[in-house]
Amino acid sequence: MRQVCSILSTYTADVSGVCSALYEMGGMVIMHDASGCNSTYNTHDEPRWYDTPSMVYISALSEHEAILGDDEKLIKDVCHAAKELYPRFIAVAGTPIPMMMGTDFPSVAKEIEKRTGIPTFGFATNGMHSYLCGESMAFRAITERFCSTYAKSTEENSNPAPGSSKNISVNLLGVTPLDFSVTGNAESIKKLCNENDIKVQCCFSMGSSFDELMNCTDADVSWVLSSSGLSQAKYLEKEFNIPYIIGVPIGEIYTKRLFSDLKEAALTGKSRPFFHVREDAPQPDKCDKAAPSYITGEPVFAASLRNALEAERDIKGLRILTPLENLCDRDMLRSRDITEAEEDDFFRLYEDADLIFADPLFKPALSDSSHARFISIPHEACSGRIFRKDIPVLIGKGFKKLYIE
Amino acid sequence: MINLRERDRIVPKAACIPIGEAEFPSPFYPGVEYAAPARGPWNIVHVGMLLPESHQIFVCAQGCLRGVVLTAAEMGASGRFSTIAVRENNVTDGDMEELIINGVRDVLSKLKKKPRAVLVFTSCIHHFTGCDLSYVYRKLRESFPDIDFTDCYMTPILRKTKISPDSKMRMQLYSLLRPCDVTADAVNFIGNITETLKDSEIVKLISSAGLEIRDICSCKSYDEYLKMAESRLNISYNPAAKQAGDELSRRLKKKHLYLPLSYDAEEIEASLNTLSNELQVPPMDLSEYKERAEKELKKTAELLSGTEIAIDYTATPRPLGLASLLLDNGFNVSSVYADSFTPEEKEVFFRLKEKHGELKIYATTDPKMPFSAGNNADILAIGQKAAYFTGTRHFVNLLEGGGLYGFAGICRLMELMREAYLEEKDTKSIIQVKGWGCCA
Repeated sequence: MRQVCSILSTYTADVSGVCSALYEMGGMVIMHDASGCNSTYNTHDEPRWYDTPSMVYISALSEHEAILGDDEKLIKDVCHAAKELYPRFIAVAGTPIPMMMGTDFPSVAKEIEKRTGIPTFGFATNGMHSYLCGESMAFRAITERFCSTYAKSTEENSNPAPGSSKNISVNLLGVTPLDFSVTGNAESIKKLCNENDIKVQCCFSMGSSFDELMNCTDADVSWVLSSSGLSQAKYLEKEFNIPYIIGVPIGEIYTKRLFSDLKEAALTGKSRPFFHVREDAPQPDKCDKAAPSYITGEPVFAASLRNALEAERDIKGLRILTPLENLCDRDMLRSRDITEAEEDDFFRLYEDADLIFADPLFKPALSDSSHARFISIPHEACSGRIFRKDIPVLIGKGFKKLYIE
Repeated sequence: MINLRERDRIVPKAACIPIGEAEFPSPFYPGVEYAAPARGPWNIVHVGMLLPESHQIFVCAQGCLRGVVLTAAEMGASGRFSTIAVRENNVTDGDMEELIINGVRDVLSKLKKKPRAVLVFTSCIHHFTGCDLSYVYRKLRESFPDIDFTDCYMTPILRKTKISPDSKMRMQLYSLLRPCDVTADAVNFIGNITETLKDSEIVKLISSAGLEIRDICSCKSYDEYLKMAESRLNISYNPAAKQAGDELSRRLKKKHLYLPLSYDAEEIEASLNTLSNELQVPPMDLSEYKERAEKELKKTAELLSGTEIAIDYTATPRPLGLASLLLDNGFNVSSVYADSFTPEEKEVFFRLKEKHGELKIYATTDPKMPFSAGNNADILAIGQKAAYFTGTRHFVNLLEGGGLYGFAGICRLMELMREAYLEEKDTKSIIQVKGWGCCA
C-alpha cells in the first residue's frame, strides 16, 4: 500500500533541509512547530549540532495559538530572540500544523522584517516533502535576496566573457551534511578542484564564509552536486550568465569527464546536460537477460554512482530506485529509473536484484530468499547518525575503495 | 537593515537568573526554543517499547516520522515499528480514517509474527481534522480480534495542556490492562522507566507485607504485563505517571497511591507511613535508614569539599528538592538547569529563594543557550543537560530520579556522586545516546 512502511525508514523532510542549508550562514532559523522537529533535526540530521552552535529553534506552537491562528505570538517571539541574538537574517519554516492553519509565511516574514529591520524569509514547508525541496528553496531564496545585492554593489563582479584566460572558478552547489555528511566528501571535492586548477569560489553551504557565498556571482561556472542545488544554479545562469554542470565526481573516469565538462561550460558559457556513460536503451534492453541492479539514494548521487560503476566496474543493468523526488531534469534519469518509490516497490524489485547499493536501512526490504548482494552506502539523510562512521568517501579515486563481492 | 558584511557577531550571555530574583514557576521568557544535544531522556517510542510483544505504528507526516523511525532504528527495534505517512491529499480529501485502517491492515499483513498488542500513534493533524478515531479502532478490533489495539498519541501541540503527551503516553501504556478482581498478592509500580532500587525502604516495606512487586520495566512477556491488572494496589512516584495511576485506579477500580520521589526526610517518612497504613502493616522504623543517609551525605560532602554542583530537571523530577538537600548538608550547589518548575516544588522554591538566593537558575531552551555551553571541568553535574551546559566530564548519568527512592535512594545517589567526582566520563558520547538505558 502506498504511504506505508512496515519496516523501512524515511528520509528527512523539507523543514530539516531548510535548516541544514542555512546552518552555517549566521542566520536564525525558526521551525514553526509545537515540538519534535527541532530534536529530530539536531539529533538525526545535523552532525554539526554538538560542536558548532547555530541559531536553529522551534516556535513552540501551542494548541491555543493554532486554533486561534495567533501569528502574533510567533512574530513577537521571533523578534524578541532576534533582538538578543542579532542574526544576519531570519528564516521561518513551516511544518504540518501551520500548513493546516494556512499560515501565510511570506506575510509573517514581511512583518518580522518590518519590526526588526533584519532580512527575513518565510518558507512554506510542511514536513511532507523531502529535505531536497527544503534545501532547494532555501538556497534559491538566499541567492535571490542577497547575491543580487552583492553583485550590484561590487564593481569587479562582472563576469569576464566566456573563454577568457583567467583561472576558472566554480560554485559548489547543493552541498550539505545530509548528502555529504562530515566524513570528508565535501573536502575531497574541493581538493579535486584544486588539483584540476579550478578555484572554489564558494560551497553552498559547507565550509564557506557568508562573504564567500555572496560572491558566487563572480564564479565562471556552477557545479550542482545534489538535486537541491539545481534551482539555484538555474537562477545564477539566468541572472548572471553562469553556466552549470551536474554530477558528483565519483571514480577517476567520470570525474575526468566532469572536469572536462566544467571547463567547457566555463569557456563556452553554456551549461552541460547530465552525462551518461551508457545510453538509455529502454526496448530492447540487452540487460534484461541479467538480473537488474539498483542504486538507492539522492538522484544526482545515484546517477553519478551509476556512471562510475559503468565506467570502471563494467556493471550493467543499473537502475535508480529511490523514494526521493527528482528535482533535476528528467534527462538525468533513464527510462527504467523510479523515483518517489514506495516500500512495496522495494520489496518487489529488490527481490530479483543482483546488486543493490543503498543505505543499510533498506536492507530489511530483502526477503529471506533473495540472493542480491547488498552494498551498504550509508546516507545521512536516510539513517542519520547511525552509520556515520561507515559513510564512504567515494569522491574521485576514493571510489576504488568501494568493495563489491 | 543590518550590514551583511558584519563580521563580529554578538555572543549573548546565558539565560540565567539567581533564584532570589526568579519568578515561580517560569523564570524565563517563553519564546522560541533551543534543544540541547543531551538525548538521554526517553521519548514516547522508548516508553512504548516497555510493552513486551507489542508493535508500534505511527501515522503522521514524513517530518514527524523521521525522529521516531530513527529512535526505533537506533535501538535496534525497527522490527517492532512501522509507519503510515500522512500526505497533503489526506488532509484535503478527508480520508484519514481509511488511511489508518488500511495502513494498519497492510502493516499487519506483512509482519512475519503477529504482535500481541499494537500501539497506533496518531498525531496533531488527526487532533485538528477531527479524525474519527473511535471508528478507526472499532474497525481494527473487528479485523484483528486476537490483537489488542490501543490509541497512543504523538501530539506535541498539546504539551502545554493539562495532560502532557508524556503523561498521556504513560496512561495509554496501561490501557490494555483489563478490569478484574484482585487475585494476586501484588502491588504495581506505575509509570517508571527504570526499576525501583531493590534495597530501598519502599521495596522492603512491600515485601514485608508479603506482596510481590509488578512493574512494566521488568515484564518479559505480554502475559506478564496483563497480570498487573490482578494486583491490589497501584503506586506511582514520578509526577509524569500520576495521571496514569489515577486513570488506572478509575478504570480497574483499584486504589492508586501517589508517593512522590522526594529528597525531604519528612515527606519520605510521610509517604512510607501512608503505604504502611494502606498495606495494614506496622510503620517501618526508618531511623537506621535515615542515619545511614546522613552519614553518606556527610562522607560525600567531605570528599567533594566545596566542589561546585549543577543539577538539571532531567535527572530528577525534584531538582530544587535535591539542591535543597545538598545545600543543607554542606554541598556547594551553584546552579540548577530548568525552564520551569512543577507545583510540587513551589514550597522548596521559596525556601531556597530565602535561604540561598544566590543559587543560579539556568534556562535550557532559551535561544541564547546554544552559545552558553561551557568548559568547566571542575563542576560535578547531576543530569545530562547540566553536564552539557557546564562542559564537565564529571557527572551523574541519571534520568527521572533513576528509581532511587527514599533514604536508600539518597545513599545510592551519594555513591554515584562520589564515583562521578573521582572518575571522568565521556560526556559527549554518553549524552548523545537517545533514550539512555532503553532496550527493545
